[in-house]
Amino acid sequence: MPTLTIDGQEITVEPGTTLLQACEEAGSEIPRFCYHERLSIAGNCRMCLVEMEKSPKPVASCAMPAADGMVIHTNTESVKKAREGVMEFLLINHPLDCPICDQGGECDLQDQAMAYGRDSSRFAENKRAVEGKDFGPLIKTFMTRCIHCTRCVRFMEEVAGAPDLGGLYRGEDMEIATVLEKGLDSELSGNIIDLCPVGALTSQPYAFNARSWELRFTESVDVLDAAGSNIRVDARGRQVMRVLPRLNEDVNEEWLGDKSRFAYDGLLRQRLDRPYLRDANGKLQPASWEQAFAAIADRAKGMDGRRFGAIAGDLVDCESMTALKDLTDALGSPHIDCRQDGAKLNASQRASYLFNTTIAGIEDADTCLLIGTNPRWEAPVINQRIRKRWLMGGFAIGVIGEQRELTYRADYLGAGPATLAEIADGQHAFGNVLEAAERPMLILGMGALAREDGDAVLGAASKIAERYGFIGDDWNGFNVLHTAAARVGGLDLGLVPGDGGLDTAGMVAAAGRGELDMLYLLGADEIDMSALGQCFVIYQGHHGDAGAHRADVILPGAAYTEKSATYVNTEGRAQRGRLAVFPPGDAREDWTIVRALSAVLGHALPYDTLDAVRARMTSLSPHMIERNQIARAAWELIEGQGRLDGPAFATPIANYYMTDPISRASETMADCTASFVSRPEALTGTDA
Amino acid sequence: MSFIDRSTKALLLTELVSGLALTFKYMFRKKVTINYPYEKGPLSPRFRGEHALRRYPNGEERCIACKLCEAICPALAITIEAEPREDGSRRTTRYDIDMTKCIYCGFCQEACPVDAIVEGPNYEFATETREELFYDKDKLLANGDRWEKQIAANLAADAPYR
Repeated sequence: MPTLTIDGQEITVEPGTTLLQACEEAGSEIPRFCYHERLSIAGNCRMCLVEMEKSPKPVASCAMPAADGMVIHTNTESVKKAREGVMEFLLINHPLDCPICDQGGECDLQDQAMAYGRDSSRFAENKRAVEGKDFGPLIKTFMTRCIHCTRCVRFMEEVAGAPDLGGLYRGEDMEIATVLEKGLDSELSGNIIDLCPVGALTSQPYAFNARSWELRFTESVDVLDAAGSNIRVDARGRQVMRVLPRLNEDVNEEWLGDKSRFAYDGLLRQRLDRPYLRDANGKLQPASWEQAFAAIADRAKGMDGRRFGAIAGDLVDCESMTALKDLTDALGSPHIDCRQDGAKLNASQRASYLFNTTIAGIEDADTCLLIGTNPRWEAPVINQRIRKRWLMGGFAIGVIGEQRELTYRADYLGAGPATLAEIADGQHAFGNVLEAAERPMLILGMGALAREDGDAVLGAASKIAERYGFIGDDWNGFNVLHTAAARVGGLDLGLVPGDGGLDTAGMVAAAGRGELDMLYLLGADEIDMSALGQCFVIYQGHHGDAGAHRADVILPGAAYTEKSATYVNTEGRAQRGRLAVFPPGDAREDWTIVRALSAVLGHALPYDTLDAVRARMTSLSPHMIERNQIARAAWELIEGQGRLDGPAFATPIANYYMTDPISRASETMADCTASFVSRPEALTGTDA
Repeated sequence: MSFIDRSTKALLLTELVSGLALTFKYMFRKKVTINYPYEKGPLSPRFRGEHALRRYPNGEERCIACKLCEAICPALAITIEAEPREDGSRRTTRYDIDMTKCIYCGFCQEACPVDAIVEGPNYEFATETREELFYDKDKLLANGDRWEKQIAANLAADAPYR
């Protein structure tokens, strides 16, 4: 353990610590541009120069390992002079167009020029100008502002695993560019906006819309995938202006997927801002809450409770699911489901539907088997963790399912259930790899579970887990990767069919046959709406998507930025989202709608406040008390039912950029779809 | 002694005479009153009157929507919204000043990096209704066009002291 002196203070640090980190520990702030804790060290901005005794020149602290007996000064005259010199050089080619730069107000260069720079420039010659580059529909470039810290290049190469960016030319002529002059085809590309210390890379959809000092920050949780990334929602007035990641080492570190970051413009479009009723001509007409409730009460009069069904959607919060479950129970209906895609998940055993290893736990694994999942699209931040682990070395990855381009090297084992069965029976070569592994993990995707033989797949995966030692005293390598933020919460709360109850497919079929009188869709848009027959459909949600088009009554709810609500991510981690802006128009928080409707239907639910509904929620699922904590679920072998004989596993997401009502309403996501998904694969730079 | 003095002053009306002398002296001096609104008093180049948004000589509006004036305005009188214009440049889509809130401190013109928002020499903009004092971008640009000559002259006159 090296012991060194920093500004007269003796400090002992871990071996391998850099001087910059040691200075931070000692409480001396070092300015920096190129250094970033999660990226490799480049040492090219020179801003972190410090004085080291017995060294003739100042040293770049980010690249110098701390060693025993070093004496470092960070606040001497020579350090000040060195910083001023570096800053003057950086500003030589920087345009100083802060008034029109979106980074203005939250810019590292601006702040550090104020803190460490000279008061004026001595440079009277012409400045360099660089043409902007096309980085796709998400990232706006203004390359004249670039100071060549190469954080973006290192991020794309190391973290995103899509080495599209590079530095071209040398010295003053250096430019950051994509080699093929195409957009950045990575679902983590938005993070280079946060990494860029200047305004060279800014958000295209946010361009010129707002200033950082105008925004109101709300800490919240993302719901557009099941990873439960921690986000900060920046709003101005009644509008969400942007979404940024928030640090949570256990979930998303400090990264965020592009869909979660950029789909916020969908929150403005296609919104349901007042109740609607379908009139005699089959047209939806605006109505008041009283009229909407009266229409439902009218229809429900004398209805047998068993002819009522409820389906919870993918973005629904736990509070409203609690209320929906209680309402369905009160009506005497066993027909309730939270699995729109028909995934064969067993709500009775918690370990069978959780990501038990935890996202941070991936880093401790040594072998990984991906079954019917494309984590790159289903949960980019989890995929990033797998890549992070893979980069550490000694991490074998096998894939059963579609052969997709992942950001790490994976052995393709097979396409479908047959390969899975072979491994479960110990007849596959990959079995030896699993056998040798000490901490193996498998990730079971919805592509393998949301199908006819999903039960059998779950059983086979469970058998693999038992057979190859995935389950230990302090290790559980059995993981289910969900695609819906509401899924684990729904299963925890028991939103699954009761005795004799119908699941989603059963309810849709029953509705089509006229065996259900009323179907309550709580934000459920992914079912086949054309198959619902004459059933009276109540849609409660925030977007005019598939469900609202079919509905007979529309009850406008709140989107995830508009309510204080609990979500449980795929690990079983309960997290709370907070209200950043109010719901538009007459829309209301979702649980209050269900509560109000219950009174109209004559089964008033016994809670009137958010605290009361949360008390009820935690009594149904105690895991939701501990926020941001994971309770380890007890493991039991899951017996698979049925035969393992379906077709090859297909990834459940056809288009990463459009998976839910919010992203489908987003213009930015439509641009991304056009640029990255619909683009013909064969198109090359030489095509006209 | 004092009795005699006082009596003499009273009898000879000296105080009245000296008072009237002052009155007559001012009668023959140059008048300080002016015939407003036909005549107007002199204004400093730094006078802070009605706001105007200026343009460049080629007709391009100066304002680049940096929102510094909005941020510094102590009366929160300025409201700006911006988005990329068709040619990709940063421009305001809305630039409102609530003149009933404005306290004419001049911080906005001090903050402006491109001399777009200025407080011009016009002080005659009284209106009959409040609504007329809610200035929008068109009104401010029209002000700028109307007063540009004087504004430019004022800025030039003040430039040596900045």
